Amino acid sequence: MSTTANVSAASGRRFAGRSKRVLPGFGLSLGISLFFVSLVLLLPLTGLVLETSGMSWDQFWFTVTDPRVVESYKVTLLTAFAASIFNGLFGLLLAWVLVRYDFPGKRLVDAVVDLPFALPTAVAGITLVTLFSESGWYGQLLSAVGIEVAFTPVGIVIAMAFTSIPFVVRTVQPVLEELSPADEEAAVSLGATDGRVFRKVIFPSLWPAMVTGVALSFTRSLGEFGAIIFIAGNTPYVSEVTSLMIFMRLQEYDYAAASAIASLVLLVSLVLLFSINLWQGRYLRRLEGH
Amino acid sequence: MSITIDQISKNFDGFQALDEVSLDIPEGKLTALLGPSGSGKTTLLRIIAGLESSDGGRILFGDEDVSQLHVRDRNIGFVFQHYALFKHLTVAENIAFGLESLPRKQRPSKTEIQRRVDELLDMIQLPDVAKRYPTQLSGGQKQRVALARALATRPRILLLDEPFGALDAKVRKDLRRWLRALHDEFHFTSVFVTHDQEEALELSDQVVVMSQGQVEQVNEPASLYARPESRFVFDFLGQVNTLSGAVRGQKLSQADAWVSLPGIQAEGEAQLYLRPHEVQLDRSPASHAKLPLRIESISLIGSEVRIELTPEGWQSNEIWEVGMSHSEFARQNPARGERWYAIPDVGHLFLAGANHPRSVNWQYPSGISASNQ
Amino acid sequence: MASQQHRVGDTPWIRRTLIASALILTMLMLVIPLVVIFAQALSSGWATFAENIGNEYTLHAIGLTLFVAALTVPLNLVFGTSLAWLVTRFRFPGRKLLITLIDIPFAVSPVVAGLLYLLLYGRNGWVGSWLTEYDIQLMFSWPGIVMVTVFVTCPFVARELIPLMQQQGTEEEEAGVVLGASGWRIFRRITLPNIKWALIYGVVLTNARAVGEFGAVSVVSGNIRGQTNTLPLHVELLYQDYNIVGAFASASLLAAIAILTLVAKAFVEWRQSRPEHPAPEKGGV
Repeated sequence: MSTTANVSAASGRRFAGRSKRVLPGFGLSLGISLFFVSLVLLLPLTGLVLETSGMSWDQFWFTVTDPRVVESYKVTLLTAFAASIFNGLFGLLLAWVLVRYDFPGKRLVDAVVDLPFALPTAVAGITLVTLFSESGWYGQLLSAVGIEVAFTPVGIVIAMAFTSIPFVVRTVQPVLEELSPADEEAAVSLGATDGRVFRKVIFPSLWPAMVTGVALSFTRSLGEFGAIIFIAGNTPYVSEVTSLMIFMRLQEYDYAAASAIASLVLLVSLVLLFSINLWQGRYLRRLEGH
Repeated sequence: MSITIDQISKNFDGFQALDEVSLDIPEGKLTALLGPSGSGKTTLLRIIAGLESSDGGRILFGDEDVSQLHVRDRNIGFVFQHYALFKHLTVAENIAFGLESLPRKQRPSKTEIQRRVDELLDMIQLPDVAKRYPTQLSGGQKQRVALARALATRPRILLLDEPFGALDAKVRKDLRRWLRALHDEFHFTSVFVTHDQEEALELSDQVVVMSQGQVEQVNEPASLYARPESRFVFDFLGQVNTLSGAVRGQKLSQADAWVSLPGIQAEGEAQLYLRPHEVQLDRSPASHAKLPLRIESISLIGSEVRIELTPEGWQSNEIWEVGMSHSEFARQNPARGERWYAIPDVGHLFLAGANHPRSVNWQYPSGISASNQ
Repeated sequence: MASQQHRVGDTPWIRRTLIASALILTMLMLVIPLVVIFAQALSSGWATFAENIGNEYTLHAIGLTLFVAALTVPLNLVFGTSLAWLVTRFRFPGRKLLITLIDIPFAVSPVVAGLLYLLLYGRNGWVGSWLTEYDIQLMFSWPGIVMVTVFVTCPFVARELIPLMQQQGTEEEEAGVVLGASGWRIFRRITLPNIKWALIYGVVLTNARAVGEFGAVSVVSGNIRGQTNTLPLHVELLYQDYNIVGAFASASLLAAIAILTLVAKAFVEWRQSRPEHPAPEKGGV
């Protein structure tokens, strides 16, 4: 232990202050992150604020309460709601089947669940409209029983549902995997039926994750554009979504009107985002705190 | 290299982890920081290492103030609780990591590094694992590799955070002996953190008992056990039997129980602390004490018979425990449910408001001392 | 394995019903749409497909799309890694806010994202008007497309890394510091091997989204054929021109990238689930 030269200590690098961070790179990573967040995420918001604050309250109110725009809020909210409820159920089903059972093709199903995140929305849009149009594979069958999907609000629901399928699956799946079999077995051994065990034992652990997934799905659906515009038909007062209203105002070079509507949409999205984060933080703390 | 800790304080979000701790750690000795969780022992170790910064106070290595020195430049070896071996490097690469991180001028040649790694692998008695990855090692092997890695750069000081905490009992004992032998051979200044009193007493040259961010007592293991200086150390180190009562006329009494306290002039509330080996059992009370107890259980396993008793006609917070040799046990033949009397030889009296105990010796009544040290 | 063991939903008819409905819905919602893309693209034969892809405007759109992705991915790789390092390795005021802020692009509608950039950097925006004085035009040209793509894809790398790095903790890096390693050496030798797969998947996701972004890009692009038309915009344009087969030919390229993304994800998950260094055989060494 004493053959080679002793390593000299203290190369003399000293700190200015006391509260020093041990791991390297604080300054660099903080610098890059703040620069990026400010330039890419926050600075662009100022443009919207300036544009909107240039309007008078009456102008703003007039723009955002235009009957056609108001109708688009209703369409967007209702279809997004319907799509996220569908995804809540479909997502739970998929997560359950993927976690609990073994069957041929399971890995393929697990992989293809993420397709909507990987597939460009425009591609999803033209694909869905092709499938659901009267001459399409699904459209033919559906129109035989008198159901019109393409160019109606139902088409919007389908497009929204498609683009946000993964949310609920991917939030519920890990929670289901963590669930201890012991609780279930205890309940079953006490003579409870499957339905009762699901409601009393399993669902109480699942629902926070489900709410998170559904809320994410809803937020995504509110802003969806590419997948919708092809299948919606974009009939005024019937099947126009709010994203499209903003887009149309932009095409007319009416930046002020576009900004007014966008600021409302942005506000709702940010409120949703912060609520989901708060909710997740609380619920995750509860999970960790046992 | 000795270490001086001078009035170190640390506060985490309003929690006082360390409160002006001062301490001397002698050169070449193995020192244990012992305490329950939350006592601040790990924080103190990390501050010595430089992995945590203190809010106030100084750390000196020898005469050099290193408080402002980055951990990288303190030239210490640190063994982490969960080893923190680099998962994606082989054992040899792990051990060589510190040497290869030296500035080019001080860095040994490739062959020299290779030689050092082989030497260290021999030292930890694992010459065949050089090419393996950490996930392919057992817990005890990982711990040895972690130690070799820490020692590779010949640090001035070796710091170990709960070094045996994650190992099972058998491996822990083996490694403990091995580390002690290693230390006796090389004599680096070492500090290790533990919450296991047995480990601290068996392994170290000096034990620092910590509680709630403060140092309770610093002693050699033997003196620490024989002469605890505070109620905390008494409770924390081993089993203790207590009698709480009132002192009046050189006598401590509670209900049916009493003990004479020759030479104690004070009056008021007090507690008497007795170690299991400081008490004997008899079928009748002695002239200096009457402590009636009923035998609850008898454990014959071990080098001594362990007898648990509950007070009769008085009260104690915890069950009493008294040791008896097997030959004595065979002679006396005590049985469960019987009433016996505890006869104290030596005791430690805490008067109300006093932090330090006063020793009472009934075997040699002249030997009443004011206090320890 | 005892037959006594019973978990909810193990009754055979329930299990079969659930699996069957999941499979049918997956087929209808995900697999068939994917098949349709390729079926449509090839509906007029391979020759037409090749012709459609070989079209001057399509080739230009492919080139522009790859160019945008090639600029976006490295930028977001640096940003995502820095941010993940920052929020998982240090505690500082505002840390939680920062984690929430990077989710903004997930919550904001792509059209609104495009609008934000248009308002700021467009001719009338406060930055844009200043740039116009220097004859710099960002909107309705490729820099604008890159900018909104960076915005839309910036959370992906960070989102993949943060949970992983959080879970791995800092002990290994601290050990590196104690052993005297420099920051770069710690990152390269200790951190990078630990996060490699998540990083790769983050890049793949960023790339998929960068290649496929439609809403935000269509706001700032100006849709000039042969100039500012990315592949997704080109798909729309062809579709509006009733060139359905042509639209699907371009769409099939994007769908192929999506499939590669899914394969990459499956591969990364498989790599992460198996031990990097399996236990040596008994008696070996």
